[in-house]
Amino acid sequence: MTYRNPPTTPRKSATFDDYTLSEIRRAAATGIYDIRGGGAKRKLPHFDDLLVLGASISRYPLEGYRERCDTGVVLGSRHAKKPIELKIPITIAGMSFGSLSGPAKEALGRGATLSGTSTTTGDGGMTEEERGHSKTLVYQYLPSRYGMNPRDLRRADAIEIVIGQGAKPGGGGMLLGQKISDRVAEMRTLPKGIDQRSASRHPDWTGPDDLEIKILELREITDWEKPIYVKVGGARPYYDTALAVKSGADVVVIDGMQGGTAATQEVFIENVGQPTLACIRPAVQALQDLGMHRKVQLIISGGIRNGADVAKALALGVDAVSIGTAALVALGDNDPRWEADYNALGTTAGAYDDWHEGRDPAGITTQDPELMKRLDPIAAGRRLANYLKVMTLEAQTIARACGKNSLHNLEPEDLVALTIEAAAMAGVPLAGTNWIPGKNGF
Amino acid sequence: MPAINVSKALDQGHIQSQASRAFDLAEVPLRELNQALHSLPPGSNETAWEVLNPKGSHSVAVGVDQPITIDVRGSVGYYCGGMNDGSAITVHGSAGPGVGENMMSGSITVKGDASQYAGATGRGGLLVIEGNASSRCGISMKGIDIVVHGNIGHMSAFMAQSGNLVVLGDAGDALGDSIYEARLFVRGKVGSLGADCIAKEMRPEHLELLQGLLDRAGVTGVKAAEFKRYGSARTLYNFNIDNADAY
Repeated sequence: MTYRNPPTTPRKSATFDDYTLSEIRRAAATGIYDIRGGGAKRKLPHFDDLLVLGASISRYPLEGYRERCDTGVVLGSRHAKKPIELKIPITIAGMSFGSLSGPAKEALGRGATLSGTSTTTGDGGMTEEERGHSKTLVYQYLPSRYGMNPRDLRRADAIEIVIGQGAKPGGGGMLLGQKISDRVAEMRTLPKGIDQRSASRHPDWTGPDDLEIKILELREITDWEKPIYVKVGGARPYYDTALAVKSGADVVVIDGMQGGTAATQEVFIENVGQPTLACIRPAVQALQDLGMHRKVQLIISGGIRNGADVAKALALGVDAVSIGTAALVALGDNDPRWEADYNALGTTAGAYDDWHEGRDPAGITTQDPELMKRLDPIAAGRRLANYLKVMTLEAQTIARACGKNSLHNLEPEDLVALTIEAAAMAGVPLAGTNWIPGKNGF
Repeated sequence: MPAINVSKALDQGHIQSQASRAFDLAEVPLRELNQALHSLPPGSNETAWEVLNPKGSHSVAVGVDQPITIDVRGSVGYYCGGMNDGSAITVHGSAGPGVGENMMSGSITVKGDASQYAGATGRGGLLVIEGNASSRCGISMKGIDIVVHGNIGHMSAFMAQSGNLVVLGDAGDALGDSIYEARLFVRGKVGSLGADCIAKEMRPEHLELLQGLLDRAGVTGVKAAEFKRYGSARTLYNFNIDNADAY
């Protein structure tokens, strides 16, 4: 019998992992970058890396289910004659009609309205489904200005000037030809079936001094009634927040890199921008440095999934959070009930992100009339409302444990971090220590 | 109702004419002017308005949605007549950036020059610049008609989707870059054409369209046949990796 040296186990490269190899092969075969929807999928420091301390001898808890814990929030009190009053500090982020079907937009409006919160238009104008079913609707003012008109501006409850979004700070919109139906084409004043690439810059202003004048114009058109939000992608949160405040914003919205998009390049989503967790403290610091914390409200978005995320974000100083991806999942996105259909598209439930192709088995990110029928907007709206209710209860549970009679009384002192990275980003101590990396020169 | 018909309606006695209502911006805050304009009920007989001492104010007469005439006696800053929907505004001076941005209907006439982004994203109505317009004139236009008596600057009609841009003088560099379905008519020289913008044949229907625009803009002594037409080659409408160098 011949002796053979014991073999080593076949080892794959950590650098050239299976996904990387598949992407190289895909690029070589097609000659075009990979486009997908969603936000950053890589592992990032996040709210899971923070823990809430709860009550102790020095902190007195509130009784669960019995003692009141307020959840309401007022947005836009700085300049607007008619600020928005929401029952919960969780809003629905901007998602376009075009990217989403009409019934999906209706479901978001229904769910938000049942929960006493707002929903937001997107890069495709305001639809009747959405306006009709949303008690509080935020109207996005985007570089493309698709569908922009003064009538919709006046029937909105707030205006959100979009500078960028977390999945692609510095990138414009993308809606490929297969989703440009007759109705979408008409709303965007474009020929049917062409690839539609929205501008990345606003056409009629550049820089913070111009933005101040643009905000003045929108206020004059709407007689100073509407709160004006400024939304930025998580890039330079300290300076962007300060400049938005300087420009006259009522509300600053910062979207971290886990925030989803309808479609953009994979390389953009995974490599440009900062994680949500890293954006919060610099933004809060900017507001505090200007004496505007709680006067200009701060909304954070990108990867918010549950009430713990909400509680931790509020403890770090934000006034409200916004959800997009999680809201779509509540409607039915990536539901395993459609697994066979996902398999037919070469993917699996939970991983489907080719939203731009318009073949969504769940009938949400599509303009295909047959697929759209799969989403019942009334039932889906109810699911979203249930989910928002659970998130709110979860956040209240945590706040009461910390002795807070309002979610907004949560504070950084209620938090510790599990990792040095999260401690540095959030500006809270590493668990078991009093060390906040980067603070006081350490 | 297109606002350019207001004067005709006045002539024909359909609208009760009265002395114009004047707002002196040296005395009254801008907010009161715009609020008063927005408060006009449909069919109001207060159809003639005058703005005095604008002195470069921004957002003069924005969001007006009634068929009235507004004479602005002097030069204005940014976004004069922004989102205009039916009024006929005349600026007796020059206009800063974004005059007539996102106009829906009606008309705006600038007697002097206009700065950047004139008529940006406009959806309808007529914008006439009797002097020159700076860069990015008609950027992202979506149905507006723009007539410039003088020259226009670079990157004009960038990503222009729909509508007509008429230039009696010259156009700067990168005209019509990434243009969609807007039509561009230039009488003078074009510095250069942007990505996917090409010279096109001037067919009889274009000559007719252009003559109508010239007439509406009050241009005399200029023939449609003196212009060249430019528009989209439509080669970039659907992404193709082999076109990546075009951008």
